Amino acid sequence: QIFSILSILAVVAHGATYDLPPLPFGTSSLKPMISKKTLQIHHGKHHAKYVNTLNALVAGTSLENQSLEKIIKATHKSKPGIFNNAAQAWNHSFYWKCMTPKGGGMPNENKHSKLLCDKINASFGSYDNFRKEFAEAANTAFGSGWAWLVSDAKGNLSVRKTIGADNPMVSSGKCCIPILTCDVWEHAYYLDYANLRPSYVDTFLDKLVNWEFVAENLERAVDSGKNWS
Amino acid sequence: RSFAILILASCWMLASSSINHAKHQARTRNFISLTTFDKSYRHQPTIPTFTMTKLSLALSALAVGSASAFSMNMKADTGANSRRDILQKGAAIATAIAAPAAANAYAVPDLLYPFDALEPFIDAPTMKIHHDKHHATYVANINKATEGKEEVDILELQLNALEAGPVRNSGGGHYNHAFFWDEMAPPDQAAKSKISPELEAAIEKSFGSVDEMKAKFEAQAAPGAVFGSGWVWVCVSSDGLKLVGTPNQDNPLMKGVTDEVMFPILGLDVWEHAYYLKYQNRRPEYVSAWWNVVNWDKVSENFAYVSEKKAGVPVRG
Repeated sequence: QIFSILSILAVVAHGATYDLPPLPFGTSSLKPMISKKTLQIHHGKHHAKYVNTLNALVAGTSLENQSLEKIIKATHKSKPGIFNNAAQAWNHSFYWKCMTPKGGGMPNENKHSKLLCDKINASFGSYDNFRKEFAEAANTAFGSGWAWLVSDAKGNLSVRKTIGADNPMVSSGKCCIPILTCDVWEHAYYLDYANLRPSYVDTFLDKLVNWEFVAENLERAVDSGKNWS
Repeated sequence: RSFAILILASCWMLASSSINHAKHQARTRNFISLTTFDKSYRHQPTIPTFTMTKLSLALSALAVGSASAFSMNMKADTGANSRRDILQKGAAIATAIAAPAAANAYAVPDLLYPFDALEPFIDAPTMKIHHDKHHATYVANINKATEGKEEVDILELQLNALEAGPVRNSGGGHYNHAFFWDEMAPPDQAAKSKISPELEAAIEKSFGSVDEMKAKFEAQAAPGAVFGSGWVWVCVSSDGLKLVGTPNQDNPLMKGVTDEVMFPILGLDVWEHAYYLKYQNRRPEYVSAWWNVVNWDKVSENFAYVSEKKAGVPVRG
């Protein structure tokens, strides 16, 4: 308890490196796909804890005023404690934006982006193939992890899965700028789906994916070849 | 000749079913005779129901085949052939039905207590889903992964699990959960259970005191220490008792997971599925509540067994 008080004071004194971003939608907005209770705890407890812990760990260090991506890249191999919290803070911020109440299904050229549709077809053959590969990655990430759709600087897309806090922007080199993610840590779905992770993954793909956000990420990746920050 | 085939088929069926049953019982009996835990094994595994079904199917096939053969309106020359044909086919079908498919090597052991027995510390819905779904999935997967291979005790499978692909995750998962269920007991039984003098001495030597061991255990079980999915163990090592956290379904019996192979005597599942329904993000609260359902008699037996045999604790299933 004393540590928490001191770290909060330290953070207030120095200014937080990172703030907990608000959810892009209300906690009731993803019902019945994801419950209010899950969002309240996932965002308000899990995500918040990563942010607070990160701030406490970097307070008073040279990492303190760095961007989240810089912290992630700097600590990936050397400082697992800081890395886990920084990466999880980033991953969750990204995840919320990857969802929208009336999302999911096949992206539409007119509604979303022609580039996205073209690249999905070019990289996977079809949307169905992409969907199958993404679901497979999400369902077979053993333990706690994430499934990702990533792009290289030319818009070539591929599916990845990572363990724990790992993020393809550090684990896989230049190929991998994240454009879509799905959290498959059990806390993301357990209250609503219990052990039935495949049901959650199907629901995510069919009802929640925010293709507008994915399309923006792809544009940025192709334009700059750099990560969104 | 037909009757000879019939009799042979019946003998084959009966023999194969008995062999299956005996193998199953023997596997379990071997575990029990290796340990001093006989009294706690109140639930005996039952004959797999598929064996009984096959037996009855096969007998029915024979009976129907025989009946239709004899009741046929037999013409002079073709009649006898037809009758023989049917009997032979009946025998063949009976044999095929009864021929033993490779019996599944592993099974989920029944809990020694009802799903709600660990309330309020571990809730009934969690126990039910954890046992009937999660553990069952590991068993299904390890059976799939070892199909057609020589049957190996789940404990023996641990040593080289890291080399063996899917065996690591599902073989580890099966052992870990079978181990976990049996070291717990309803709160009133747990409260009466005792740490043996030998175990207490070992704890004091390695950790200072039981309370210090518990404090260190809780620190090792914290989300920062075992990040994501994993287990926390107290093990007998070459140098006294050791406390260790392992990721996913790894355990210290697996060569390569910890510096040396160690033998767990106490373990806690800190995968989110073990506590999320009741505790959500509050893993530390789950860990400190869990002491209320630890059966120290069993943990002491584990310690005695491991110390004597220099081997891992066998589990049911």
